[in-house]
Amino acid sequence: MRAIIIVTALLLAAGCQTTPEDQAAAGVEDRSKPGAGKPGAQVQPVERPKVAAVDLTAGRVDPASALKDPASILSKRSIYYDYDKFDVRDEYRGLVEAHAKYLRENPKARMLIQGNTDERGSREYNVSLGQRRSDGVKRMLILLGAREDQIESVSLGEEKPQADGQNEGSWSKNRRSDVLYSGEY
Amino acid sequence: MRFLLGLLFFVAASQAGAQLSIEITGPGVQRTPIAVVPFAGEGTVGTSLTAIVRADLERSGLFRGLEVPPLAPHPNENSPVNYGEWRSRLADALVVGSVAQNPDGRFEVRFRLYDIVKQAPLGAIAYLFTKDNARAAAHRIADFVYEKLTGEKGVFSTQIAYVVKRGNTYELQIADADGERAQYLLRSNEPIISPVWSPEGRRIAYVSFESKKPIVYVHHLSENKRQVVASFKGSNSAPAWSPDGKTIAVVLSVEGGSQIYLINADGSGPRRRISNSASIDTEPRYSTDGKWIYFTSDRGGSPQIYRMSAIGGEPQRITFKGSYNVSPRPSPDGRILAYVTRDGGKFQVALLDLSNQQVQVITDSDRDESPSFAPNGRMILLATVRGGRGVLSAVSSDGRIRQNLPYSGGDVREPAWGPFIE
Repeated sequence: MRAIIIVTALLLAAGCQTTPEDQAAAGVEDRSKPGAGKPGAQVQPVERPKVAAVDLTAGRVDPASALKDPASILSKRSIYYDYDKFDVRDEYRGLVEAHAKYLRENPKARMLIQGNTDERGSREYNVSLGQRRSDGVKRMLILLGAREDQIESVSLGEEKPQADGQNEGSWSKNRRSDVLYSGEY
Repeated sequence: MRFLLGLLFFVAASQAGAQLSIEITGPGVQRTPIAVVPFAGEGTVGTSLTAIVRADLERSGLFRGLEVPPLAPHPNENSPVNYGEWRSRLADALVVGSVAQNPDGRFEVRFRLYDIVKQAPLGAIAYLFTKDNARAAAHRIADFVYEKLTGEKGVFSTQIAYVVKRGNTYELQIADADGERAQYLLRSNEPIISPVWSPEGRRIAYVSFESKKPIVYVHHLSENKRQVVASFKGSNSAPAWSPDGKTIAVVLSVEGGSQIYLINADGSGPRRRISNSASIDTEPRYSTDGKWIYFTSDRGGSPQIYRMSAIGGEPQRITFKGSYNVSPRPSPDGRILAYVTRDGGKFQVALLDLSNQQVQVITDSDRDESPSFAPNGRMILLATVRGGRGVLSAVSSDGRIRQNLPYSGGDVREPAWGPFIE
């Protein structure tokens, strides 16, 4: 139920944003029409401004369910890193771009990015290394058009591993950033 | 300022179940043989005071308790001492005493300590205690004996804090320095790290992940309450108390990265940023005199230890050997810095003599974390891994005495040795 309300709000917000552009376009009419430039003449728009239409039926993807839809890249939430590396590898660029687009199109959406490290070394230093990872994702999202206040980047350090083994196979799963949307944390 | 009285925690609520026990390993030192004669009348207490005193002294690694055969008449603190006889039993020191119950139900222990070699009394003292505090009374006696014989204060009456992980449950526990009387302060389904005792020992600051991000809390031990002191946007971690207990240094990411800030220990007032780098600055620790803050930074390309004035200022690099030196802990006398160094994949505790820059690795394990000095500087408590399990270990600051603290109830980590309690 709560999800539906949020979806509706997001759609309405998205719709409202398109309205001013359409109005501006309508207002710039049209010096080439007959009567343009004559003293006292008002140029009337010949077309009515478009309204912001919300069509919930015509095969549009519900943005909130896209976050969970396994077929959508938005359901992909983890970015993995090489040892002692903090930059987002090229293979995750599409994922970050998709989430940036989602944040742009859903101004009310809020995101938590949790950076994580493998277990080696100091717990507190690893909190800082995880922070460097989540900060990097946040910066990238902002460069791609998301707003700073939509995103909180934090670190869980080495405390929440996905895999428990003491080998590179496990460690590579633990060096990651996880993306969560409000309602998921 | 916000007080959270949640369902998550109970102060002094319940015994924590499985307990730490202690085994001594390591090369050791010449141990002083001491005879602790069972106190006349201590059977009425229900707890053998002298067994605890002897165990404390032996655990320090500096004493060897002698077996005392039944004596007739049984000596007490008023009996004349036959130095020759105790010398023939190879005792260097002797403790004798007695326990009596007062009309109000409390017990009074009186004891006397003798130097057998010098044939001289070293002092006598009496303590009053209730049955529930018999262990505490025994630790006081051990502290008295230890101080008279070594010249440095004993730490048997102090407490330790640590975190136990059992499945997905985390407990912040405190216990006596011998691992007994453990109780938990906080039980949570999310991680707890970095507990640190306030200088007077009545508060513990720590980092809890219960809100899906690190937030710094201060727990008031006797008042059954805890308080959020740093919950800014981003991560809040690595608390460290100033020596006057009024300020906490913390690491915040609120302005991006990990930088060191000062906040008031009661959570009031604004944060004050004291580190200024585009690098990681974390793990702050005050020097005992309050003038310096030691911290870990990767500003030089690899994590190394630096220090700056406690009000901020230009940092100076402290560690140079190796490519990974973290978790600085200045000794109580300010002369030594303990930290964790990585060498060939091993993480071990090293000591840096700040007067001559000598470095000594003092552990033989390979996954050491979180060193914590005893308040007298003699021992260092640390977390390590044995047989795939997190355990606590202790090592003397000369590296010669090592203790394992096996724990049956889960993974133990994040030890913090509490201060002297008057």
